[in-house]
Amino acid sequence: MTASTATTGRPDRVTGTPFTRALGIVTLVGVLWLSWFGLFVTPADVNQGESVRIMYAHVPGAWLAYLAFVVTGISSAAYLWRRTRSLTWDRIAGASAEIGVLFMGISLVTGSLWGRLTWGTFWTWDARLTTTAFLFVTYVGYLAVRNLGGSHHQRARRSAVLALLAVLEIPLVHFSVELWNSLHQEASVAGNTDVTMDGLMLFTLFLGVIVFTLMYVWLLLHRQRALALQDLVDDTGLDLAIAARRAEVG
Amino acid sequence: MSGAQPIVTSAADGAATGSVVELIDAVALIGSFPALAGASLRVERGEILLLRGPNGAGKTSLLRLCAGLLPLERGSASVCGVDLATDRELVRAHVGIIGHTNGLYHDLTVAENVGFWGRLSGATSAEVHEAMQRMGLDGRLSGVRVSKLSAGQRRRTALAGLVARRAELWLLDEPHAGLDADGRDELDRVLRAAAAAGATIIVASHELERAGGLATRQVEIVAGQVRGDLR
Amino acid sequence: MRSGTLAVARAIARRDLLVEWRSRVVTNQVIPFAVLVMVMFAFALDSDAVLERVAPGLVWLATIFSVLFLTARSFAVETADGALDAMRSAGVNPVAIFLGKSVAVAVQLLVLDVALVVAAVVLYRADVSLGGGVLLVTTILVATTGLASVATLYGGLAAGTKGRETLLPLLLLPVVAPVLIGATRATESAFGTNGIAVSEGWPWLGLLAVFAVLFSVVGAVAFGPLVDE
Repeated sequence: MTASTATTGRPDRVTGTPFTRALGIVTLVGVLWLSWFGLFVTPADVNQGESVRIMYAHVPGAWLAYLAFVVTGISSAAYLWRRTRSLTWDRIAGASAEIGVLFMGISLVTGSLWGRLTWGTFWTWDARLTTTAFLFVTYVGYLAVRNLGGSHHQRARRSAVLALLAVLEIPLVHFSVELWNSLHQEASVAGNTDVTMDGLMLFTLFLGVIVFTLMYVWLLLHRQRALALQDLVDDTGLDLAIAARRAEVG
Repeated sequence: MSGAQPIVTSAADGAATGSVVELIDAVALIGSFPALAGASLRVERGEILLLRGPNGAGKTSLLRLCAGLLPLERGSASVCGVDLATDRELVRAHVGIIGHTNGLYHDLTVAENVGFWGRLSGATSAEVHEAMQRMGLDGRLSGVRVSKLSAGQRRRTALAGLVARRAELWLLDEPHAGLDADGRDELDRVLRAAAAAGATIIVASHELERAGGLATRQVEIVAGQVRGDLR
Repeated sequence: MRSGTLAVARAIARRDLLVEWRSRVVTNQVIPFAVLVMVMFAFALDSDAVLERVAPGLVWLATIFSVLFLTARSFAVETADGALDAMRSAGVNPVAIFLGKSVAVAVQLLVLDVALVVAAVVLYRADVSLGGGVLLVTTILVATTGLASVATLYGGLAAGTKGRETLLPLLLLPVVAPVLIGATRATESAFGTNGIAVSEGWPWLGLLAVFAVLFSVVGAVAFGPLVDE
């Protein structure tokens, strides 16, 4: 543990609190536990062999990404709704989208590595896979729009509208890819993965989901506060700047 | 917030009851920079007010605040009877702002540009014609593409658009910039005529010998604040 | 502004089409570009049989590439001399700006699609029957409406920002996937590609119609918040 917040005297200038520190430790322990179980304790799969171990990172990663995008959507709506309008919602939406893009990228990479080992191909035009790729690009675009500049509320309104548009378009993209796919491929490979899960493997997968969820909360809290501090840096300049400007008159 | 009822009045009687512009200690930001740092100003109907001051003093920001384009951060501001703190979008229909761009479509003729603005606000073709006439753009010029016009003629085309959509308050940022002597004289003539017809005009300029003769009153902006009335 | 939303939208659409009529940028540059893309596809694929099979997809791919340029042009006209700012600072209803510009983009896209279908018939030996023609015209109308709406929405967001040339494709291409899929399948039926019957094409219009309605309505609502400063 680092110095207590009481003695630093500026508890609002750091992103850590006792809660996030505890959460961080729990998450770290969880990651170690997951790695140990995933890499050593669980058996290799009958059909897939050792490559099944990728699942313990891939499935929780994908879960985390979807969770993050749902949170982005909800916080964006909360920002746009007049009675709950607050830049905190905007920063939660932005932080969540950043984490979501990161983990969606990770799960796309782990997924295609696993696919290569299992099916002999990096990619298949499965509806779920294709939608995931679209989702990834859509939120990369969302993050690009967040960085366009302007005032805080300008950024917040623009990106909140965009996030809600994404919520609308994703089901439509998924539906159309599914229709498109049904014409071409009889069996969806990713749909039945033929994993014969024993109890321990299933437990490890659930453990992964829980650990990744904790990691998400931990990252979100820190990132959201870091963004708040970034905004604060912009804002504190203001009072000083007004004073300096008034002093110019002499 | 919604409890404060702005008094939105029509063009005819709006200014009769109060000042067209009333700023008290207004603060406005560009990014995090206080472009206006407590500006106070009152402008009455029919005035041609010259805002003078060096570059970066806040002239353009004051115009943009009055046009409802820049949010009011602190202080109070009312333009054409609209409270800018709560309803700055509503003021836009009453105000016309022209800066370094004229807002014209260069592939279209003068008449088509002015006619477009007229159509947006439901003006009749007679009113559009009158707007062009008042800006000295009737006759041969009306059929010329904007891309072939001189700078002064373009500026007057933009002003004719303001007339066509019946803007009450004209906010002009360096309107003489880039114009030749004839263009400047012609611009001054039409602006005086517009003010006589009831428009209120605020001109931001650092060219005193030019704009000073046009204005009915001058104020100076220094470091984001309005300095005394230099009448 | 004192005019109704639809009257303002009509004035804006009329003005955009007038600008195009005078400047001929879309006519002389974007449409030739689209046809050129069709020719380049033929060089790349280098087989009559393949070309005939993929002709419907290439028509819509060329359309989607072209809509990027069309939208960029539509907003370049607005930002060249600050006209979009002038409209916003005059309090023009953003719903009217969205509808007006969408209609103008849709009309230009229709012309472009006609040129592309003719190119497919000439270059790729696509064949349209009478029944297929009705399906094709309906597909083009509905798909164009959806494309124009969503392109105007994101084009307005990207207008005047730095890096707009790359931001617009990044935002737009993932969204228009349903149009590419639906319109291609419907056009395959209309062309009779791979012996697909005309009747199999009509269900895809449902997808296109949902897309068009969704983005026309949502675009009208979202355009203001997205473009306002």
